[in-house]
Amino acid sequence: MKVLLNAKQIDSILNKLTNRIVADIPEGVEIAVIGIRSRGEIVAQRLAKRLSEKIGSDIPCGTLDITLYRDDLNSPKSGSQPRVRTTEIRFNIDDKIIILVDDVLHTGRSARAAMDALIDLGRPKAIRLAVLVDRAGREFPIQADYAGYKAVAKPEQLVQVLLKESDNKEQVIVE
Amino acid sequence: MAEKGKTKEFKWQRKHLLGLRELTAEEITYILDTAQGFEEISARAVKKAPPLRGKLVVNLFFEDSTRTRNSFALAANRLSADVVEFTKKDSSVSKGETLLDTARNLEAMGIDIVVIRHNAGGAPTLLSKYINACVVNAGDGYCEHPTQGLLDVFTIRKRKGSLKGLKIAIVGDISHSRVARSDMWAMTKLGAEVTFVGPPTLMPPKVEQLPVKISYSLDDVIEKVDVINMLRIQFERLGGNPFPSVREYSHYFGLTVERMKRAKPDILVMHPGPINRGLEIESEVADGKNSVILQQVTNGVTVRMAVLFLVNQAAAEKQAEAQNG
Repeated sequence: MKVLLNAKQIDSILNKLTNRIVADIPEGVEIAVIGIRSRGEIVAQRLAKRLSEKIGSDIPCGTLDITLYRDDLNSPKSGSQPRVRTTEIRFNIDDKIIILVDDVLHTGRSARAAMDALIDLGRPKAIRLAVLVDRAGREFPIQADYAGYKAVAKPEQLVQVLLKESDNKEQVIVE
Repeated sequence: MAEKGKTKEFKWQRKHLLGLRELTAEEITYILDTAQGFEEISARAVKKAPPLRGKLVVNLFFEDSTRTRNSFALAANRLSADVVEFTKKDSSVSKGETLLDTARNLEAMGIDIVVIRHNAGGAPTLLSKYINACVVNAGDGYCEHPTQGLLDVFTIRKRKGSLKGLKIAIVGDISHSRVARSDMWAMTKLGAEVTFVGPPTLMPPKVEQLPVKISYSLDDVIEKVDVINMLRIQFERLGGNPFPSVREYSHYFGLTVERMKRAKPDILVMHPGPINRGLEIESEVADGKNSVILQQVTNGVTVRMAVLFLVNQAAAEKQAEAQNG
């Protein structure tokens, strides 16, 4: 196991992501942050808080459960049974720029599922993908608009984001 | 997406839902938790999600039903499955061997899930032994109606937070009620105390062996219960003279405005529907602020979505296991 990022580095990456997102918001367009369960949810909440502070108004934040949109439901791998959790988006996504947030961008399959799920909820003006860590291994033609950190990892390695809300520690590791 | 470090997560393994009696409290809770994730689908603009896309669900109903059949069809549709209706009317069906013949025919059509209602208890279990598809019991004889039991506990849990320690009365024709049985299993497994209330003539044989209390007087229990489930008087099933007159039944076992005055202020009033207004329940009570009768209907679709999803998941996993050796 190797630590790629510590708490301080994660914090500074979130700040950079916040600044880049704010810089890109066009005049007169509302934005909202939606995190993919489960680590994406936490990253999204942190981003929304920082964005709200920076912009000076409350940026809505929601959570998306993509289980029903996964592409492997009919070809399950042994050991990990997908668990349906709740989607909690209590605002209208129509005409907003949605910052879709996940912890790690790897194959791109989660992002694909999330986009399909979002479109069933409404018609956003745009969807932008923001991730804390970007690593090689894409299987779909999907790239992040905002990638915090580019991790180098071999295909068989697992890049994990650990956050204090869910894991009681704050680091990004590869193993 | 990968979640590591969690110790031994619960895994749903049943490709059939035949009854609640055989389920553990953990399994029931898992279905209810899963159902919460499906609630939002019915509330949004596009009331559909794709997990059963390309799957074929057959509604095989040997008994009349509107609500349950439509609820299952809607649940299947909302998960993007295709639904074929197969009812008694359009098939010359006569129990026993023809059930198996029907099943073999359905199998030949490539079905994935059979939702079956049958007047013979045990028919879904029998069916599950002869076909590869998932079998979901939508009511068999006087045995079980598992999705009704699940939607009832889902509704209660949503309003009360938990079933633990709740006192629940199920009132009416217990002997002919598969709802009472499925409710009893689900509620007691989740920690509630259930009392069957009704005249002795409408209690099932050997009722004292069931994990319930028994009362022959609604007046004795009305003040104590947190939830009251009023069963429909099913005239189509009643033989003999279980009570002298409808008026007398209503007088002793009807949920009236008068009786409600003595109930806890936050009592939940439930009914599996369709209601006989003025018989087992007065209109003012059925439509009153304590009534969750229409929420039960809404929750029925939600819970059935979860059940269809879970049995299909279990089937997919079993198939994958078989293929991988």
